[in-house]
Amino acid sequence: MREDRSPILELQGITKSFGGVEALRGVDFALHPGEIHGLVGENGAGKSTLMKIIAGVHSEFSGRFLIDGKETHFRSARDAHAAGIAMVHQELSVAPDLTVAENVFLGNQPTNRLGLVQWRRMAREAGEQLARFGIDVDPMSRLGDLPIGLQQLIEIARVLFSGARIVILDEPTSALSPPEVERLFATLRRLREEGTAIVFISHFIEDILLVSDMVTVFRNGRKVAETPSTATSKGALIEAMIGRGGEALEHSYSDDLMLPQPSDSSVILKVDQLSLARSLKDISFEARAGEVLGIYGFMGCGQQELSRILFGKLQPDSGTLAVGGTPKTFASTAAARRAGVALVPESRRAMLFHQEPVYKNISISILDRISSLLLKPAQERDIAQRQVEQLQIRPPVVGLDLGMLSGGNQQKVALAKWLTYPPKLLVLCEPTRGMDVGAKNDVINIVRDLRAKGLAIIVLSTEPETVLSLADRILVLKRGALVREFKNEPVSKDRLLEAA
Amino acid sequence: MASSETAVAAGQRARGLAPFLRSQMRNIAPFLTLIFLSGFFAFASPSFATLDNLGNILTQVSVTGIIAVGLTFVILCAEIDLSIASIANVTGIAVAYFTLQESYVNIPNIPLPGAAAILMAILLCAALGLVNALGLTVIGIPSFIMTLAMMQIAAGISAMLVRGQIAYKVPGLITTLGSGSIGGIPWIVIVAAIMLLGGHLVLTYTRFGRYVYMVGGNREAAEYSGLNVKLILGAVMVISAVCSGIGGMLGVAHFGSAQQNEFDTYLLDSIAAVVVGGTSLFGGRGGIGNTIVGLFVLGVLNNGLDHVNIDSFLKILIRGLILLAALVINVYAQRLREKAVD
Ligand SMILES: Nc1ncnc2c1ncn2[C@@H]1O[C@H](COP(=O)(O)OP(=O)(O)OP(=O)(O)O)[C@@H](O)[C@H]1O
Ligand SMILES: [Mg+2]
Repeated sequence: MREDRSPILELQGITKSFGGVEALRGVDFALHPGEIHGLVGENGAGKSTLMKIIAGVHSEFSGRFLIDGKETHFRSARDAHAAGIAMVHQELSVAPDLTVAENVFLGNQPTNRLGLVQWRRMAREAGEQLARFGIDVDPMSRLGDLPIGLQQLIEIARVLFSGARIVILDEPTSALSPPEVERLFATLRRLREEGTAIVFISHFIEDILLVSDMVTVFRNGRKVAETPSTATSKGALIEAMIGRGGEALEHSYSDDLMLPQPSDSSVILKVDQLSLARSLKDISFEARAGEVLGIYGFMGCGQQELSRILFGKLQPDSGTLAVGGTPKTFASTAAARRAGVALVPESRRAMLFHQEPVYKNISISILDRISSLLLKPAQERDIAQRQVEQLQIRPPVVGLDLGMLSGGNQQKVALAKWLTYPPKLLVLCEPTRGMDVGAKNDVINIVRDLRAKGLAIIVLSTEPETVLSLADRILVLKRGALVREFKNEPVSKDRLLEAA
Repeated sequence: MASSETAVAAGQRARGLAPFLRSQMRNIAPFLTLIFLSGFFAFASPSFATLDNLGNILTQVSVTGIIAVGLTFVILCAEIDLSIASIANVTGIAVAYFTLQESYVNIPNIPLPGAAAILMAILLCAALGLVNALGLTVIGIPSFIMTLAMMQIAAGISAMLVRGQIAYKVPGLITTLGSGSIGGIPWIVIVAAIMLLGGHLVLTYTRFGRYVYMVGGNREAAEYSGLNVKLILGAVMVISAVCSGIGGMLGVAHFGSAQQNEFDTYLLDSIAAVVVGGTSLFGGRGGIGNTIVGLFVLGVLNNGLDHVNIDSFLKILIRGLILLAALVINVYAQRLREKAVD
């Protein structure tokens, strides 16, 4: 793109392996000031690994690493930070117990001459920074109490305004709804004008094409293509990523899609006048066997709370649920599970055990089905192996610690844990977040399979594409209330956005 | 697919010693400490490395070991139980309270048959554990505070039962297990070994044991997996109290008397044994194997210091420093492991 300037960052022949797994093989990568560089590739292709090398998280690798033409070696993230490199990690890495302001200033709080933190000043400046980014939130509230999308926005804001010369965003938009994505892109463009170099990783290829100047494609730890974004297309990128002629895989959903005749099979879930403080107002709906019900809405519309109530993690102020029985609400997640409800929340960290092997992660919810008193590890591994193969989780080794899997593969494990003994009602929050096109397609097929088996499935998402690709019937949730139902009628991305 | 699996397996083997050692730091460091201490004392004192003295050490750590079994469950869940020593004390006193004492013991007690006395004592400690459990899970009081209160409550019950007096008699079975021996091996060592083994088997081979590790590893994830987290936390608090109670009863028989404040040092010793052994204070890592190593470290240290000629006040300081070092390693090992996974 901007060949006239010399690169601010240059990597040559980077090879990185974890034990015997080669995550990167001989990768060259260059980044210029005032450039937005898009990165795409399948789950496990090595995108995050390369970025973590740049950000000093992984300090052991082979290859040359040059900043401003000078050979450099970061020993820690702190070194990278000092060199002006900041990164938003794929896994949210905020401090949930600190306030919003503390998170914004993490590590460099303003202090007075005595070394005491200037709380008032910190809160004011944090508020101003966030407002510039269109976020309206009390800087003194506890971060962990905010919806996950807002937490992600705050983390992005912190990194964008940290004054770094190189900003790395690893799937930053996965929890954001369209208006926030717009705002993020506007900010990225402004930073580009100021000469910041930006790396942007996403599985949304349209976004990549829209915002970036250069696009690099990774596959199996190798760089397989690098082109100006104006000189390529979605189809070409997908093909480079996964090899098959892949345009068919990614639907754009801008045209009308016809929803089927609503099913009249038995009602599995009946929700009656559910209300929760300021989050949900008078929600009533039904979910039927063999039907996928989509619930769409912007971030913070109450989806998260609704899903938690369905799984007994939150108790509503009023209203009832009935899962094939008498109306009540679940006092605990254990009660919900016994009643046949399963939930995959949007945050992987919330439902996975990073320091435990994959098979223990998959078997945890069904242990009581396979053993009464003593564990049966062999059987657990068998079950896990089957799920790993069915969902094509990479690497297919059930004994590996979960933390060693790439983000998208972890997401698959989160789904896998409920599939061995399918529940009556499966609640999926953002089921395809962080997944590559191929994997998204796999999830769509799995959900259709489960639907054919007679499960009631609820998909909650802030991405119109996710809902459109899966749902037979769609409810739109807006500021805690159901405002529209789409059934047996044409629907498109625009119509959904309009209703929300 | 098959080829990549073998590649990974080969990779794990070829991974090199350093990262492996780093991730195993929590298990290796206590073991090295133990070897180092044993070597040091064996060198410093001829009377240390004898079979007789090994027996002494084993007997000395038995009561701590019994209490530490339950505490291991609690710490694996990332909770703490500060009432262990108090509950041990009150249970030991209770079993004496329900036993006929000599006429010169001036306690208005309620003598019962031996089996009934033991049953009452067990019920008492289980009930106190249940109160801990309810406070933690139903009301939501942090275990640190809840068990601090229980420490006082149990001490209060002890005081009311003995009223400053000392009781001597306990049921025959308890006397045998606490102070008798079979074939030269003290029963109390055998009981401790059986309980440690039992704890290990439960943690390693049962569904409940897996739940304990998972709840400790990531409580939120356990809840999102539909586990009954409160039930599991409640259960470990009761297990801890009952183990403490058993340790208390045998301890009373072992010391030959039941009185107020008799177990005060066992709180620190038990926590130290678990933590020095390498069980993570953040939960989810460690186990009975670690606790056993920790018990030996403490046992060797306490016993060895008696064999070498140093100021007895200095000994207290040395114990404190060793504990501090173990805590540093414990926290550091957690970080190293997180880094290895990252
Ligand atoms: N800490 C680790 N230990 C072992 N293996 C790892 C570790 N981190 C990543 N890997 C492996 O390296 C490979 C590349 O992972 P990486 O996270 O870079 O993928 P990614 O392109 O970011 O994928 P995703 O889109 O799913 O986030 C994967 O096979 C993964 O399992
Ligand atoms: Mg990644």
